[in-house]
Amino acid sequence: MSVLAPAVPVTAEDRVSVASNWQLVWWRFRKHRLALVSALVLLVLYVTVLCPDFFSTQDPEATEARLAFIPIQRLHVFDGLRPSPWVPDVAGKRNPTTLRMEWRVDESRKIPVRFFVTGYPYRLLGVVSTRIHLLGASADGRERLHLLGTDRLGRDQWSRLVHGTRTSMTIGLTAVTFSVILGVLLGGISGYYGGPADAVIQRLIELLQSLPTIPIWLALTAALPRDWSPQQVFFAITVILSLVGWTTLGREVRGRFLALREEDFVLAAELAGASQRRIIVRHMVPTFLSHIIATSTLAIPAMIINETSLSFLGLGIRPPAISWGVLLQEAQNIQTVALAPWLLVPGAVVILSVLAFNLVGDGLRDAADPYSQ
Amino acid sequence: MTRYVLKRLVLLPALLFLFSVTVFAIVQAPPGDFLTTYVATLASSGSSINAEQVDALRREYGLDRPVWVQYLKWMENLAKGNLGLSLEYQRPNAELIGERLVLTMVLALLSFVFTWIVAIPAGIYSAMHPRSVVDYLLTVLNYVGVATPNFMLALVLMWGAFAYFGMSVTGLFSPDFVEAPWSLARVLDLLEHVWLPAVVLGVAGTARLTRVMRANLLDELNKPYVTTARAKGLSEWRLVVRYPARLALNPLVSTIGWYLPALFSGSLIVATVMNLPNIGPLLLRALINQDMYLAGSILLIYCFLTIVGTLISDILLAWLDPRIRLEEG
Repeated sequence: MSVLAPAVPVTAEDRVSVASNWQLVWWRFRKHRLALVSALVLLVLYVTVLCPDFFSTQDPEATEARLAFIPIQRLHVFDGLRPSPWVPDVAGKRNPTTLRMEWRVDESRKIPVRFFVTGYPYRLLGVVSTRIHLLGASADGRERLHLLGTDRLGRDQWSRLVHGTRTSMTIGLTAVTFSVILGVLLGGISGYYGGPADAVIQRLIELLQSLPTIPIWLALTAALPRDWSPQQVFFAITVILSLVGWTTLGREVRGRFLALREEDFVLAAELAGASQRRIIVRHMVPTFLSHIIATSTLAIPAMIINETSLSFLGLGIRPPAISWGVLLQEAQNIQTVALAPWLLVPGAVVILSVLAFNLVGDGLRDAADPYSQ
Repeated sequence: MTRYVLKRLVLLPALLFLFSVTVFAIVQAPPGDFLTTYVATLASSGSSINAEQVDALRREYGLDRPVWVQYLKWMENLAKGNLGLSLEYQRPNAELIGERLVLTMVLALLSFVFTWIVAIPAGIYSAMHPRSVVDYLLTVLNYVGVATPNFMLALVLMWGAFAYFGMSVTGLFSPDFVEAPWSLARVLDLLEHVWLPAVVLGVAGTARLTRVMRANLLDELNKPYVTTARAKGLSEWRLVVRYPARLALNPLVSTIGWYLPALFSGSLIVATVMNLPNIGPLLLRALINQDMYLAGSILLIYCFLTIVGTLISDILLAWLDPRIRLEEG
C-alpha cells in the first residue's frame, strides 16, 4: 500500500471544487461537441491567415486572359487505393464563334498534386524569403492546378480565397478588439463611477444605437479618400465597424459593474486598502471576463458579414486588396455566375466561418458561467 | 406614461437636429464636391467642360459657400418641406425618393409579415417538441439562416433561377410595368415580383426570431401555471397557444419598432444586388457621385424612421409589460 494514496478516493466532485474558473469553463465547453469542431475550423482558418502565401498554389494577382474561367479541378486524395492526391487535367479549346477559350475538365488525364513545391517567391510570416508552397503541380509550371478554378482574368481562385480569408478574418478580429477596448473602457467608467460620466456615455450609446447602421456605414466608407492605401482603408473600415459595435458591449459591461460594485468582495477589497485600479483589474474584471469573451466571439460574425457586404457593394476593402467581399464582387453578374458557378465558393466560406463563430460563441456563452446549471 | 411619451416626443427634434449635423458632415466629408466627380466623369467619357462653366455651376449650386452656409440652406429648405434638388438628376429629390420610398416600405413590411408568419409557428412547434427531429432540423436551418449574408442568398437564388429555369428574378416589375402609371395590374405585377426579395430579406430575421420564440416559450412552459392548466385537462395545443405563447410573444412584439427600420436599412444591400427600384441603390449612387443633398436627405429619412421605430418599440414595451418603469429613461 502506497503512503501517497489519498485516504479518500478523489471523486469528480472534489476535482470540481479545486478546479480554477478557467478549468471549469474549459470542461464545460468541451462537452459542446459542435462548438469544439467549430473551434477547430476557426483554428484552421486562422492558420491560413498567418501565412496565406504558403497555402497558395499561384500568385493571387497573376492574370492571364487565356486562362479565364477554368473550372474547378476536384482534388482526389486516393489514386485507386493508394493515397496519392491528384486532380484531373483541363483542356482548353477556342470557341470558333466567340473566339473565347473554353476550358473543360479532362478526367482521363491525371495531374499529380505534389507537396512543398517551388513556386512564386514570397516572405514567410513577412520574414523568411522562400519559394516553397504547400501544394502545387509540377515545378516547371507546365501542368495547371486550380483547386477552385479561375476568375474572368484567369486568376487562381484558391489562392485568392486564401488571401481573402486573411483580410476578412483579420478585420473581424481587429474590429471586435477595438469594440472590446472601447466597450470595456467606456462601459467600465460609466458603471464604476456613475454620475455625470455615466449620463454622458449612456446618451452617447443611445445616440449611436439609434443611427441606421448600414446606411451610415455606407456613407462613411464612401467618404474614404479614393487614393488611400489598402492598409489605410483596412484600418478605417475596422474603426468604422467598431464605432457602433462597442455600444452593446459597453452596456453589458456597465451593467456588470453596477451589479458588482455592491458586492461584498469589492467592499472587502476596498477595506483591505486595495487601489481602485487593483479592484477593477484583479477583482471585478475577472468575474465577467468569460462573458466578455463569449459576447465578443458572437460579435465577430456580424463584423465579417458587414465587411463582406460593404466590400461587395464596392465600398469596403478595394481591389487590389483581396477580401471575401471583393471576391464575391466577381459574382455580381448572374450571366457570369451561370458560366462559372465556382465564383460563389467564397460565399460558402463566409457562411462556414460565420457559422463556426456563432457555434463557438454559443458554446462559450454556455460555458462562461460554470456554476449555473 | 403620457409624460414619458411627451418627453420623448420633445426630444425627437433635438435628436433629428444632431443627426442632421452628423449626416451632413458625413456626406460633406469626401474631398472635392459633386462637380469634381462630374468633371472627372465627363473627362473619362471624352468630353470636357471649361473651368469657367464649372465655376458658374459651382456658384449656382452654392458649392462655393462655406460648409455651414450650405448646411443652413439645406435645413431651411427641409423646414419648408423641400428636400432640395438632386445635382445629378436635376430633379427635385422628393420626386426621386417618393415612389422608391413607398416600394422600400412595401418590401420591408412584406418581409416582416413573412418573418412572423414563419417564425412564430416554427418557434412554438420547436418548443413544444424539444429535441425532436423537426426541432433539430429547424435549429440547423436557423444557424445557417443567421450565417448567410442576405446578398449571398440573393445571388444564389438569382443564379439558380437563371441557370435552371432561365428566369431573371431581378427588379420589382415586369418590363411592361416599369414605367407604367399605378394601376391594379401594376400592383398585381408588383406582388408577383416582390415576394422573393421579401423572403431573402426576411430569412436572417426569421431564423433569429424562431430561436428567441423557442427559448422564451421553453422558459414559460416550465412554470407552475402551465402544469395547473394541464392538470385541469386542457388540450396541449390550446394550453400552449392560450397562455404561454402570448407571454413569450411579449418581448418580441416590443422589438417590432426596432426591427422594421432594421429591415428598412437591410433592404439596401439586397436591393442593390437584385436591382430593385428602392431607395437603396439611389443612396448608393448618390454617395458615390457625391450628390450630397440627395444622399443627405435619404440618410436623414433613414434616421427619422429609426428614431420613430425605437420610440414605438419603447412605448410598446412599457404598454405590454407594466413591470417596466420608464421614468428613468
